[in-house]
Amino acid sequence: MAKTVKLMQGNEACTIGALAAGLEFYAGYPITPSTEIAELCAEELPKVGGKFIQMEDEIGSIAACIGASLTGKKTMTATSGPGFSLMQESIGYASLCEVPVVIIDVQRMGPSTGMPTSLAQGDVMQARWGTHGDHPVIALAPGNVRECFDLTIRAFDLAETYRVPVIVLSDETIGHMREKVVLPDPSEIRPVRRAAPTSPAGYKPYAADQDGGVPLMAPFGEGYRWHVTGLFHNEMGRPTNSGEIASDTLHRLARKIEKNADALADYAAESLEDCEIAVVSFGSSAMSGLSAVRRARKEGVKAGMLRLKTIWPFPEKVVAELAARAKCVIVPEMNLGQIALEVERVAAGRAPVQRLGKVNGELFRPEEVYAAIMNAARGDDAAGDGARGAAGEAR
Amino acid sequence: MSDILRYFRQDMLPHIWCPGCGHGTVTGALVRAIDRLGLSKNKVCIVSGIGCSSRAVGYLDFDTLHTTHGRAIAFATGIKLARPELTVIVMTGDGDCAAIGGNHFIHAARRNIGITTIVMNNNIYGMTSGQYSPMTPKGMYGTTAPYGNVERSFDLCELAKASGATYVGRATSYHVPLLIDLIHSALQNKGFSVVEAISQCPTYMGRKNKIGGAVEMLEWIKDGTVNVKAAAALGPEKTKGKILIGELHNESQSEYTADYDELIARVQRKYDKFQGGIYGCASNSD
Repeated sequence: MAKTVKLMQGNEACTIGALAAGLEFYAGYPITPSTEIAELCAEELPKVGGKFIQMEDEIGSIAACIGASLTGKKTMTATSGPGFSLMQESIGYASLCEVPVVIIDVQRMGPSTGMPTSLAQGDVMQARWGTHGDHPVIALAPGNVRECFDLTIRAFDLAETYRVPVIVLSDETIGHMREKVVLPDPSEIRPVRRAAPTSPAGYKPYAADQDGGVPLMAPFGEGYRWHVTGLFHNEMGRPTNSGEIASDTLHRLARKIEKNADALADYAAESLEDCEIAVVSFGSSAMSGLSAVRRARKEGVKAGMLRLKTIWPFPEKVVAELAARAKCVIVPEMNLGQIALEVERVAAGRAPVQRLGKVNGELFRPEEVYAAIMNAARGDDAAGDGARGAAGEAR
Repeated sequence: MSDILRYFRQDMLPHIWCPGCGHGTVTGALVRAIDRLGLSKNKVCIVSGIGCSSRAVGYLDFDTLHTTHGRAIAFATGIKLARPELTVIVMTGDGDCAAIGGNHFIHAARRNIGITTIVMNNNIYGMTSGQYSPMTPKGMYGTTAPYGNVERSFDLCELAKASGATYVGRATSYHVPLLIDLIHSALQNKGFSVVEAISQCPTYMGRKNKIGGAVEMLEWIKDGTVNVKAAAALGPEKTKGKILIGELHNESQSEYTADYDELIARVQRKYDKFQGGIYGCASNSD
């Protein structure tokens, strides 16, 4: 089989990416605008001997995925805001128990039921801090249909490598948009599988003495007879009330992601070399942003685009470096300034950061971002003026 | 007895349950049923939620999973569907199963998935120190029912049966041989099995309701129950207000994960020429 050329939507590309990564188990609950992923998994998984189950709710869906993952399978669920909220407790469970699982969140307008069929990017901070307690997390944001395929594969590889839940932060526009996509030959994809012990003898399920601080993971049903608990646990997996062990565990969990932040950082850059007005964005907002940057360039404005493909851990280095030399950083996003908060933190005053938040459910028009770029180039509205930027919101 | 110890993680003992608690008796009954069946320890997975009941799994020498509150059956569903050849058991309590986990309970029963669920019913939330649960009888006391419980309680066995469970039984920490027999039968049922094990909580249920200590509570349990076979002979008058124990329901129905495996075989026959699915990535699902 050679390259596949196909017109497909983002949700479809996520599903095919998951299958290419070796998806074996899907549990989910229908919710707009993610449902196509469940539908395609229901159709395709049996063909490759995999399992699909429609659970009674999203809480059960993530739970079933974690259970299946403990048997050694690659598992995924997909949802949108309300369902993502319901999954949070067990996402924390997967973080502490170090169980790989992939969660696709096709973001829609919230809070609450909101506008179910409308675009938003309001789950950025929920992806980071939605579950209680300190915990590691990885979140990736595809910016086009092909990237839905690529980043879903990457999500599986990272989940397996680091034994963490990985969130793919798609959005309504990316999920439903159709593009011509050229997919590589499946043989070119080399999915990663978690490192497993070779013998039950002396197995310590949470001993993290090997490189990378990620413990070896034994599948259930193979004679290891280990214990998994959401209580803090020692290296044998036994529950503990030791503050010292709890502290060591939280530091190790944070470290296994933080120390790999450079390898995890992923982004697309355009015209950043000499850029004075930098646009930092992600997902569907970045499509409008890129169009605006190109138009501004034609007008002689030194605009550039940094599109984040890894959202968490936040790619601090590239953003800090950009803020150190840009005159202004504009952050268009379909929320009231969630990524902008991170950009402000990392820029640390080196460049003014202009929040360009939009929350009416409609994708940015390129001219909205363009106007912000041109205003910034003229020195108007330079930053720090709160949640609404130069273009403000289409009313 | 010494044989039974081999099913326990002895480094985890002694357990954390209060003196006089019935949960150790129920856990012992489970282990004896597993022993009687001769199941391999390597092919049994035991899953629990949160609460006193759910601490049982930490003591047992199998693959064990202590999950989030109310979700044990959902986690277990993932394990069973992913690896149908494993014996999957859920240990849960009246709060964990009938309150926060009620939805998963009825849907697992509806699917008739091959999981044996043992509900340790002590009629109260013990771990959080004595609040009323959906299984606290009306009029009895808990720390959140200081004037008596005004809510009605579930008959969990009737709920299980109505939801589609194919094996349902009830015993108590007083009727241990019966409890072992019921778990033994439940483990042999291919579909969703429920064994409610009424258990005493002298620390909270006994004290709040002035029933007494463990011995008095066991007597209270004994007096409040009647075997379903005896009940049939005694008639409704003499058994009024008594809780039925024994095998309450047993029917043969096809099991969900077996049906799903049949679906896979059917789909693969039909789509043989598309083996590998939409993107030819069967090779990636080793």
